[in-house]
Amino acid sequence: MFDYRRITLFAGHYGSGKTNIAVNWAAMLRQHEEKVMLADMDIVNPYYRAKDSKERMDALGIKLISSFFANSNVDLPSIPQEMYAIVDDRSWHPVLDIGGDDRGALALGRYAPKILEENDYEMLFVINRFRPLTRDAAGTMEVLREIEAACRIPFTAIVNNSNLGAETAPEDVLSSLSYAEDVSALSGLPIKMTTVSESLYPELSGAIPDLFPLELQRRPTE
Amino acid sequence: MSEKVLMKGNEAIAEAALMAGCRHYFGYPITPQTELTAYMAKRLPKMDGVFLQAESELAAINMVIGVSSCGKRVMTSSSSPGISLKSEGLSYLAGCCLPAFVVNVQRGGPGLGGIQPSQSDYWQATRGAHGDYRTIVLAPDSVQEMVSLTIKGFELADKYRMTAMLLADGTLGQMMEPVSLDAGEIKTFDKPWATTGTKMARPHNIINSLSLIPEELEQWNLERFARYDEAEANEVMYEEYRMEDADVCVVSFGITARVSKNAVDEARANGIKAGMIRPITLWPFPKKPLLAAADKVKAFISVEMSMGQMIEDVELATRCKKPVLLCSRTGGVIPSVKEVLEKINEAEKIGGDRA
Repeated sequence: MFDYRRITLFAGHYGSGKTNIAVNWAAMLRQHEEKVMLADMDIVNPYYRAKDSKERMDALGIKLISSFFANSNVDLPSIPQEMYAIVDDRSWHPVLDIGGDDRGALALGRYAPKILEENDYEMLFVINRFRPLTRDAAGTMEVLREIEAACRIPFTAIVNNSNLGAETAPEDVLSSLSYAEDVSALSGLPIKMTTVSESLYPELSGAIPDLFPLELQRRPTE
Repeated sequence: MSEKVLMKGNEAIAEAALMAGCRHYFGYPITPQTELTAYMAKRLPKMDGVFLQAESELAAINMVIGVSSCGKRVMTSSSSPGISLKSEGLSYLAGCCLPAFVVNVQRGGPGLGGIQPSQSDYWQATRGAHGDYRTIVLAPDSVQEMVSLTIKGFELADKYRMTAMLLADGTLGQMMEPVSLDAGEIKTFDKPWATTGTKMARPHNIINSLSLIPEELEQWNLERFARYDEAEANEVMYEEYRMEDADVCVVSFGITARVSKNAVDEARANGIKAGMIRPITLWPFPKKPLLAAADKVKAFISVEMSMGQMIEDVELATRCKKPVLLCSRTGGVIPSVKEVLEKINEAEKIGGDRA
């Protein structure tokens, strides 16, 4: 059981795995809370959006807030009006999927004052050692600072999502732990959890503390 | 550097270009290839390179002409509508006999079309803009191949003094796959024609696409085409998949080749002898293996995300010896395995006798 606050925000380098983690975090929260919403605040990514998990969210009774234009043929970086519910209606537990990098995080700034004022949030920095620009702690810190500067919400913890996609081996995850610790040491942030695909979870659950399994989202096909 | 990294296709192209020695990038962002531009913006300044977001696509391609004239490896990238804007420059590059590496991460068209993936710039890529010229067109089907073909593209461009275009699509650009960035040896070529300063030791090199004398222009065209002939003779790349005893030959490139491969496997599981020829170079087109297959199979299927463009090259290559069916989706829709499979079943039934 992971502890949580009212608002959970996932941000990080694009391609670090934020959307998958946000979807699964929302599913976990739903086991404890009635009113859970998944808010797709990605204004950067044209494909592979939280909206791909709409069926799963519907089945779990999780409200999905997403741009009308997500996954469409139109490139409109927009956020729907109902996004204000994340700060205006405190009866909900929103999970926010923030778009990649500082450019993606810029849109969050609009909600930052109210999120900070309420102070019942967790701002999680998703990292993946196998992404080319965040292969070491120094490069990863650069992304962290850029995002914080853009959205004006400081991170509160780290999510280690180091993976090589379908080719991820248990050793890859294990070898990423020291990297996550380096980022933790440099940033002063605790490591909240390490995330792995469900298939790797049984093998690693004894070896890594705070391990969180991910059911990977797929783009729906006809 | 044997350890793999997880990369988006767009990033992989950018990193591979850096590995190939490219230190000059000029571009203008457009979905779905923007990550390529963004990656270059982050990496090039740290490598003493030049990243410049031009004021327009037209400006970007003309900056490519400038740097290429100086003999440096240079590139630009865009998506379909942006490539149309760059077309004038592509013709000028050919007229000037300059090497360049150009990336098109295709989206749906025509016009502004949409941002979802497409392969409907096949004609534009293989036929090009005004004037008699050719473009080497490379069509990767994985993020790993985007790395190898980017490096290959720079090499071929220099070798034949022509543009090499990487023709990808939005899905390949956006998808993430583990890749090895082990490039091996990068080939470089002398460029005695480059405008690098005479140092008063040689005659001036002149880069120019304008000729005032018709016979001179004709001579330039003949020289250009001699180089194209050489490229056509030496640089054809393709993959054959389960073609040994195939009755039906699927022809497909890029992302649709991945779908087609699955369809071929399913057809085989259902007892239909299907195979695939995947052109990796769209120009030069793999004419020989297709013509050879025409004597063996009952029918061909061209699987494309366009209204039927490559199908004409398949018909030409096979000299219409066997029927060529079309399996296509457009507008940003990727054909499903089921759709390809249905076409394979159809081809198996209507195809003529096996030779």
